[in-house]
Amino acid sequence: MPDTIKLEEKKLKVIGTRPVRPDGVPKVTGLARYGADYSLPGMLWGKILRSPHAHARIRSIDTSQAQALPGVKAVMTSADLPEQKFEYVGPERVAVNFWHMTRNIMAREKVLYEGHAVAAVAAISSTVADEALRLIKVDYEVLPHVIDVDEAMRPDAPLLFADMITRGVEPAPGKPSNISKRIELKIGDLEAGFAAADEIVEMDFKTAPVHQGYIEPQGCLARFDTDGQGEIWASSQGHFVVRAFTAQLLEMNIGNLLVHPAEIGGGFGGKTVIYIEPVAAVLSRKTGHPVKIVMSREDVFMATGPTSGAAMTVKIGVKKDGKIVAADGLFKFQAGAFPGSPVMNACMCSFAPYDIPNVRSVGYDVVCNRPKSAAYRAPGSPISAFAVESVIDVAAARIGMDPLQFRLKNSAKVGTPTVWGPKHAHDSYAATIQALLKHPGYTAPLGKNQGRGVASGFWFNNGGESSATAHVNEDGTVVVATGSPDIGGSRASMALMAAETLGIDYDKVRPIVADTASIGYTHVTGGSRVTFASGIAVIEACKKVIGELRARAAMTWDVDVDDVIWEEGHARPAGKNMGRFEPLSLKAIAAKKAVTGGPISASASVNAGGVAPGFASELCDVEVDPETGGVKILRFVAAQDVGRAIHPSYVEGQIQGGVAQGIGWALNEEYIYDQAGRLLNAGFLDYRIPVASDLPMIEAVLVEVPNPNHPFGVKGAGEVNIVPSMAAVANAVSHAIGRRMTELPMSPPKVLVALDSGRGD
Amino acid sequence: MAKHHVTATINGNGVEFLCETHQTLLEVLRDELGLTGTKEGCGTGDCGACSVTVDGRLVCSCLVLGVETEGKSIQTIEGMGVGKDLHPLQRKFLEHAALQCGICTPGILIAARSLLERNPNPTEEEVRYGLAGNLCRCTGYHKIVDAVLDAAREMRRA
Repeated sequence: MPDTIKLEEKKLKVIGTRPVRPDGVPKVTGLARYGADYSLPGMLWGKILRSPHAHARIRSIDTSQAQALPGVKAVMTSADLPEQKFEYVGPERVAVNFWHMTRNIMAREKVLYEGHAVAAVAAISSTVADEALRLIKVDYEVLPHVIDVDEAMRPDAPLLFADMITRGVEPAPGKPSNISKRIELKIGDLEAGFAAADEIVEMDFKTAPVHQGYIEPQGCLARFDTDGQGEIWASSQGHFVVRAFTAQLLEMNIGNLLVHPAEIGGGFGGKTVIYIEPVAAVLSRKTGHPVKIVMSREDVFMATGPTSGAAMTVKIGVKKDGKIVAADGLFKFQAGAFPGSPVMNACMCSFAPYDIPNVRSVGYDVVCNRPKSAAYRAPGSPISAFAVESVIDVAAARIGMDPLQFRLKNSAKVGTPTVWGPKHAHDSYAATIQALLKHPGYTAPLGKNQGRGVASGFWFNNGGESSATAHVNEDGTVVVATGSPDIGGSRASMALMAAETLGIDYDKVRPIVADTASIGYTHVTGGSRVTFASGIAVIEACKKVIGELRARAAMTWDVDVDDVIWEEGHARPAGKNMGRFEPLSLKAIAAKKAVTGGPISASASVNAGGVAPGFASELCDVEVDPETGGVKILRFVAAQDVGRAIHPSYVEGQIQGGVAQGIGWALNEEYIYDQAGRLLNAGFLDYRIPVASDLPMIEAVLVEVPNPNHPFGVKGAGEVNIVPSMAAVANAVSHAIGRRMTELPMSPPKVLVALDSGRGD
Repeated sequence: MAKHHVTATINGNGVEFLCETHQTLLEVLRDELGLTGTKEGCGTGDCGACSVTVDGRLVCSCLVLGVETEGKSIQTIEGMGVGKDLHPLQRKFLEHAALQCGICTPGILIAARSLLERNPNPTEEEVRYGLAGNLCRCTGYHKIVDAVLDAAREMRRA
């Protein structure tokens, strides 16, 4: 790609600067509209009735009294949604089964977790809707339930699905179980590898499921016309996915559904799936009125996807000189009520940072009576990294090596095989370790009850389908539309890449997020793919616009278009015409567009390949209060390979935010259930995410090893930052107290137990 | 049941509204008056996204009933800038990239203004404790704290 190299060689003018984001002002004045902020005339309020039981058969649902309540316009149950085919569709890592999805939206035969939706109403006010829910009579046959993953795997465990036969086992098991799938990935000869080891470290770990904790509960507004055409305004990480899933669940033609991207108040993976949109759509279709549904915080905790809790065993074998010769990981993940935990990612990412000749990763996807898990920031990878990076820490200590030098010695390089097949094509891991080795924090003295931990992580990053359109306005400004919801500053990065490509000022570019009818298909904002893949679409669209601008200049000058080049926002005569004409600016060409051929705009739709993965290495200092078991984070340094930071402030923000979530996961966050399988902490008071006073400044170190496959070197920056965080904190706490912490969260009671136990590394 | 008639001042303007007894100030602002800049994150006073001031006092509007605001003066995010000028806190949040998704931002700006009214020269720790009632899940608070400290510096000079 000669164009690519040309752009890369040029000195960048606007990329790497830190301008104010284009969508900033409405977000500081309260005018930006999120999912719950849309209303329409004649709008009804939709509310959802949820199961009080963890596991029960639905014998009957009587909606007659609710239906009869004045002000109630419609009641729905799963009978209003068509049955779906039982089939896993899409790539294995992210396969979808609509038979499951429709049951998660609205329970059919059984409720599978407390909070599972069973019915919904639409009424003239939220008060009437609440009253109507109380009038719906559901006859439940309560069944035994199972919450914990190890218990769910036992042969005598209560079964969520009577016909679930474990996939991935040959021959197929004769009896059903809660194990949806077994995965095994391996390279080399594990037995020989361990036999050659001088030291073997093997440990068990447990992590609790944690919620993404976005501050905006899911909210949407739906309206339908009698001809079957509908519109939805929804806060999501991908309005094209909202459209596809909703159309599938309602058995409607995709073209008849228009989805508008509301501003999104955080997602972290949790808004790549849908919960309320089909319900609002059905209620709207039934009533002929617009219907708005907004989840409560309690609904969000009980009924939307946390990431999996897990039980894991990791074993590594090491030579005295520090070379890791074998690694074996067993990862058992709670999928929640329906299959689909991120355990395959965990199997793939766990040992990915390392060059180990003999590796095996075994994963189990296990259903249990909890909300179905959903993606959460680098799904799966942080969980397995907690186990692997803890074992690495112990192994380094066992052979008397510095934990960063140990990682450096074993770091994956270009050509290192991965457990899932392909060889690593990028080797920026070592650079993140070196950034920490050079950091003064790594050698700063520690006080009493203090400890230091380091850890590293890997994430694939992602590319895929994205579309963009660039419109040149008559005054020389440019509108750039993409289909990627902006969660954390992506409009700014799109504008920067467009301005850089076109050679115009940042403030001449107006980036927008277009609805599903106004731009080509674009996959979700997730997988750290937007700046990379949608960025490529923007750059491609801008290059096409440049081609058109050159053609207009050529026409104006009456020369061949090949004799016109585009430089610094101007068409310039080149070749034999060099210097013959005054350069024409984008603005000058735009002003004459009507007489040179009409509107100037171009679209690009890409399926972006050439993804480069992200690596991060993190350093954490803690102080443990021996009286309370409380852990204070004293210092946190996160060195992440970001490829190239398009807008460094928002890249730092991704790192700081990911680390903060990792600290919450490490120290506080967990789902607490009672004996009946009911969630006891479905609120921010008792499910405690970090607050400002819990955290220090989080130092983000941007390591920039450009991706050669992206015009500006972008890799993706959103996710890998959370991968090492829990292990970094756990390693620090373990060193501070002289006891190895193997269970998350490391809440004060658990730290106190460890302090009292005298259990060493 | 008949609704209550309430007369209050919102962002300096006299406002009359009708509300049901159980309706919170947050619901009144958002659903009756169309002031959707005040956000609901939890409805239980734990997240601070619905922060407003009532007679100068910082409150979670989800914990105040609409009827309680009779005769009171309420300040919401929509009244934070003066005319077309942003408040220094709003400007510093933009300059420091102190917001990502922006859903917590209105509440944090209101809480930060209230903090700086009480303490125009806060330390980093005072800012962290002053904003401990406002949850942000995107930023790790780093740039928020920077922006508040920078705005405080600028406001002290003014």
